[in-house]
Amino acid sequence: MRDEAFGALAYHHGNRRLVFLKSRELVILVRSLDAYENVDEAIASTLPQALRDQYVKALSSLASSEIIHER
Amino acid sequence: MSADSLRDRFERGLSSPICLTWELTYACNLACTHCLSSSGRRDPRELSTSEAKSLIDEIAAMQIFYINIGGGEPMIRRDFFELIEHAVAQRVGVKFSTNGTRIDEAAARRLAGIDYLDAQISIDGVDAATSDRVRGAGSYDQARRAMDNLKAADFGPFKISVVMTRESVEQLDRFEELAAHYGAELRLTRLRPSGRGADVWEALHPTLAQNRSLYQWLLERPNVLTGDSFFHLSALGSPLEGLNLCGAGRVVCLIDPVGEVYACPFVIHEEFRAGNVRDGGFGSVWTTSELFGSLREPGSPGACSSCGSYDACRGGCMAAKFFTGLEMGDPDPECVFGHGEAALAAKKVSIRPTPSPDHSRRIPVAVRSR
Repeated sequence: MRDEAFGALAYHHGNRRLVFLKSRELVILVRSLDAYENVDEAIASTLPQALRDQYVKALSSLASSEIIHER
Repeated sequence: MSADSLRDRFERGLSSPICLTWELTYACNLACTHCLSSSGRRDPRELSTSEAKSLIDEIAAMQIFYINIGGGEPMIRRDFFELIEHAVAQRVGVKFSTNGTRIDEAAARRLAGIDYLDAQISIDGVDAATSDRVRGAGSYDQARRAMDNLKAADFGPFKISVVMTRESVEQLDRFEELAAHYGAELRLTRLRPSGRGADVWEALHPTLAQNRSLYQWLLERPNVLTGDSFFHLSALGSPLEGLNLCGAGRVVCLIDPVGEVYACPFVIHEEFRAGNVRDGGFGSVWTTSELFGSLREPGSPGACSSCGSYDACRGGCMAAKFFTGLEMGDPDPECVFGHGEAALAAKKVSIRPTPSPDHSRRIPVAVRSR
């Protein structure tokens, strides 16, 4: 994962998929996932609750590209 | 967060390229009529193994995700395996294009053992007659032998790479069958009037009608790879797969065998030269080149401003315009609405730039005595 002005780019060397993380908040959230028990906790700790649904959607899209995966 | 604003961000350039093309050598054992890099003879100033490895180290440090290796014929370099193994060891993915002549059984087995590696075997027709007209006698059979060897070595899904010419574009379904036969992926790219391609472009570029069929065919097959080659066709309707923008100097670029950095693989010409990796490394060229800076400025739609499809095709390919003698503000010579053909016809004197470095082999003149 590489930081860019708009957020970050992530590349999966296995499936060769290039994924765009289209906001800084999403980059911070993804980088913080390791430190929390689950996605809800990570979102609650890093983002305003109003944005929860939007970022759950963004994370599930990253999961379908296998950029992140279930522990 | 809209897709459009992301495309705008890309057009303003990235901190590092997503990928870059690196032609390892100008040496080639074939002499394809459409060669983008006018390859043939090795350039004696070619980057040495240690220079090439330092460049790979820098590419890894810049987090460039993968490199497209080509040439010339990259496998001609004696350190070919050493270099690609050096790249993948640092998690820089490698996609390399080859004519396949050097992929014997042993090479296929060695390639199959390397992770993060994609092999692209080039042919220009689905049969020897069509392909050899572009690539030379015997080249098709050798490419098929390479594919057989990769399959036997269990390489996995390699790619069959085809430039779309007036002839090969008529064989799309058969290319699909050939790819399926090998469990391979099909990769189609645009014929550009670059390098020796300038000599054959007029006769070989697809017609308007063929381009329209190609667009439909690709639209129905999102899994066919195109390297974003055909974004000029997206003016016909829904965008094709990919970023659909000209990435030159913004998200991609080219490094040639002697370390020169050009805006994209299709503009090996002094006018699009950004610098040389030997002068302070690749990173400084990427970030400080005046040429790249100007390419990252918002472009003007020029003659295309009154066309409702400008947002879809962004005026098409810079290289295709340049080498057909069009201006940057002109439509793409293969504009799907025919505006490019009109622009070409309107040029009273067509001055086409000659490709700058030419490494074509000089054909020895036969001296006959009576």
